[in-house]
Amino acid sequence: MTYLAKPRLRHPTLATNKVGYTRRDYEGKISTLCAGCGHDSISAAIIEACWELDIEPHRVAKLSGIGCSSKTPDYFLGASHGFNTVHGRMPSVLTGANLANRDLLYLGVSGDGDSASIGLGQFAHAMRRGVRMAYIVENNGVYGLTKGQFSATADQGSKSKKGVVNSDSPVDLVAMALQLGASYVGRGFSGNKAQLVPLIKGAISHGGAAFIDVISPCVAFNNHPGSTKSYDYVREHNEAVSRIDFISSRDEIAIDMAPGEVMDVRQHDGSLLRLRSLHAGYDPSDRHAAMAHMQRHQAMGEVVTGLLYVDPLATDLHNALNTCDRPLNALDSKQLCPGAKALARLNDALR
Amino acid sequence: MSAVRPPEGAKSMPPAPRIPRIEAVNDFVIKFANVNGSGSASANELFAKAILRMGVPVSPRNIFPSNIQGLPTWYEVRVTEAGHLGRRGGTDMMVAMNPQTWDADVAELEPGGYLFYDSTRPLPPSKFRDDIRVIGMPLTEICNAVYQDPRQRQLFKNIVYVGALAILLGIEPEVVEKLFGEQYKGKEKLLASNVQALHLGCDFARENLRDPVGLKVRRADRVGDKIFVDGNSAAALGCVYGGATVAAWYPITPSSSVAEAFQRYCSKLRVDPVTGQNRFAIVQAEDEIASIGMVVGAGWNGARAFTATSGPGVSLMTEFIGLAYFAEIPVTLINVQRGGPSTGMPTRTQQADILSCAYASHGDTKHVLLFPEDPHECFEHAAAALDLADRLQTPVFLMTDLDIGMNQRLCRPFAWDDARSFDRGKVMSAEELEAGRDFGRYKDVDGDGIPWRTLPGTHPTKGSYFTRGTTRDAYARYSERGPDYIYNMERLQKKFRTAATLVPQPVLRPAPQKTGLGVIYFGSTSPSMQEALELLEADGVHLDALRLRAFPFPDSVAQFFEAHEKVFVVEQNRDAQMRSLLVNELDIDPARLVPVLHFDGTPITARFIVQAIGAHVARTPAPASRETA
Repeated sequence: MTYLAKPRLRHPTLATNKVGYTRRDYEGKISTLCAGCGHDSISAAIIEACWELDIEPHRVAKLSGIGCSSKTPDYFLGASHGFNTVHGRMPSVLTGANLANRDLLYLGVSGDGDSASIGLGQFAHAMRRGVRMAYIVENNGVYGLTKGQFSATADQGSKSKKGVVNSDSPVDLVAMALQLGASYVGRGFSGNKAQLVPLIKGAISHGGAAFIDVISPCVAFNNHPGSTKSYDYVREHNEAVSRIDFISSRDEIAIDMAPGEVMDVRQHDGSLLRLRSLHAGYDPSDRHAAMAHMQRHQAMGEVVTGLLYVDPLATDLHNALNTCDRPLNALDSKQLCPGAKALARLNDALR
Repeated sequence: MSAVRPPEGAKSMPPAPRIPRIEAVNDFVIKFANVNGSGSASANELFAKAILRMGVPVSPRNIFPSNIQGLPTWYEVRVTEAGHLGRRGGTDMMVAMNPQTWDADVAELEPGGYLFYDSTRPLPPSKFRDDIRVIGMPLTEICNAVYQDPRQRQLFKNIVYVGALAILLGIEPEVVEKLFGEQYKGKEKLLASNVQALHLGCDFARENLRDPVGLKVRRADRVGDKIFVDGNSAAALGCVYGGATVAAWYPITPSSSVAEAFQRYCSKLRVDPVTGQNRFAIVQAEDEIASIGMVVGAGWNGARAFTATSGPGVSLMTEFIGLAYFAEIPVTLINVQRGGPSTGMPTRTQQADILSCAYASHGDTKHVLLFPEDPHECFEHAAAALDLADRLQTPVFLMTDLDIGMNQRLCRPFAWDDARSFDRGKVMSAEELEAGRDFGRYKDVDGDGIPWRTLPGTHPTKGSYFTRGTTRDAYARYSERGPDYIYNMERLQKKFRTAATLVPQPVLRPAPQKTGLGVIYFGSTSPSMQEALELLEADGVHLDALRLRAFPFPDSVAQFFEAHEKVFVVEQNRDAQMRSLLVNELDIDPARLVPVLHFDGTPITARFIVQAIGAHVARTPAPASRETA
């Protein structure tokens, strides 16, 4: 981490987006994570994505669990309300917050310890319910804050910094998300911002439960030879399924097409995901094919990245619960309290 | 309809003129021993409600197993013109419909009591007692003769015995018919078949059961405008009136019916008439941890939210309860207590979560608890809990129990003042932030320990903060500095003292004459305590009684101790938990607090209280009355 305070001044020519904010307006406090931590790159990608999406920062609620990853919401979107909850329980708190106010955008930030171990149940059930959110797991395969224990996403056979070989099978959150019904599933790499930013933009614009697993190397405890979550390993084995361009509904769609298979996916909010396939025949609208592709390639030691699955017309928990358009936290007593007359009738029915 | 002739079994019962018989009008206990899943519950409830409609108060209790089908279940109805709604203890008439529990059921009858049973298959004399009256009725034979469908034969057996009991006890069959009419409105076929079954029972009793029964129901006017409802439904309705919009829960006996009733009431009362959309969201979560997590998230985001659970659920929720205490988030938690520890007695009642709720979670924590005495207060306190949670920005527990929650109880009607508005507490608006008002999330600006909060999305540039369970300064900035921590912890303590002024205050019932003896009680003990006080007074034992309605304890509780040398603390747990809480919080000499503890899982009775207090008073000289401050 750095000890230098961020300067308050900003360059007068710094570009503003359509809602009048500069990139700096999407920053948060100074990160206290280690220099070179993958998580800081993800924070930067979130900042970039929100700026480019022209989201007013205060319309985002950012929630996290416990761990290095879960500290990061303090380091981006300083004008947003944030909630650093308890270990592994971000999904339930986010679900409740989302039910209370459907008008905000929900960003859930978690880690592999937080989501794949202690919080595996909550992760699973939030996916099942289709809570509208962008759920990002900053996955480094290791417990950083407690100094280097394996997490549940560490690959079988991978080596810890101290040389211990992991004998347990890994939890694959992407495979689980696909199986449990998440309607937007991607995997990114903190070292590949060009891929990560459109992936996050697509997730934030999605109408249902969006999940992104971001491999994010831990420079302190999991960046050595023998680790499958190191910068070197992921760079060497990264197999993206496609290149993604995110085109917001307001942007004019520029045609700048390289030859190859192109698929346009238009989501509920009008935004467009233009996917240039890097694997012939890969169809991100086929959940089962996505699972099969991923598992086949992972078995070969590859890290499959990109937008793996999307149901562009997915709806969310509010839709399933038929809740009213007005946020529940904005209803007044007139709309909520049936009043004395109705109570007199209820009393009568109990005599 | 086929004619039914009196069976052999009925004939063979020996007439027993020498046996004494209990004579009582509008004051007796009848107990139904049934097999779980046999459809007896609705028939028994019908029986109780018919007596109520005759203007005579009843107090029924369902004593049921943790089972869906096959295990024994009992339904006990206390008929009480005097309005004693606690459990009395003892049984004057047993409707013995369960061979599994026959021996114990027969043994439980008071001498001179009445045993009503299905006499289709004769039983040897050894199965009876010689100091009780036996009324045999061939229920199975009657039903088998009339109904072909096996399920009908079983279900209508229950209605047939209600018909017979109506005749034996003097309940007007027309009243039962009227109840059928209300229940099966628009379902004429069901109505007709139920009325038919009722008359089968009535007719048989008139013709064949001639031996008089000394227990009688006589029309009275002692019910008034009271309502008959279970506490779980009442609490759910209180949440509707109190403005809860988010409910998250996980099924657990005995609290599940809170969430189910909330769903039922919301479907009727909370659907937008124009759009058909819901003004509520109910989620059945994956466990209790997720349930309270959702409530915390919704509370943080400004919606009124609650969860309902029981002891094991509270155990799972404690980490979140600590977060909500420390991060200061409104949470309403309805704890319908059951017998603990561990899985304990899931279908029995206790008040054994007092300490685990008052101090839930690690570190220095204290929580607001409310103790409703009946469904009326379940409704009131549920609505109040939602206000208090918002006002105090902290978890508030509604501490009911199985006895109140799952039994229908006669109580004052629900009341609501339309002028009442929700107290949303200290929430800073966009206008206030825009006007430059200082916002320190954890700063005590009003001197009551309660800080101001902002809701997410309120203002583009002002009022945002990072909520966390870690320590922070008054402006919500991460801090591990000792002074910041102490400021915060002492402010939370001050807030808790403020809470004592806002919670429902205790209710004092002074003795008719000056006394140095006091008694403290709370929650479902209330009706038995009322009755016990009357009985003790009749015996010349005078006690000032204080009914606690909340923790933290308002000043009047300490004053009560100042005014009494010795105070009995009556509660339904083994470890005298409320006594511990009183000693701990008010710094009272424990020797002055005499525990009266009932914890076998059945509701406490007046008989038990009278016996315990009476025995203690008999052993020790009466203390002099203390000078009151």
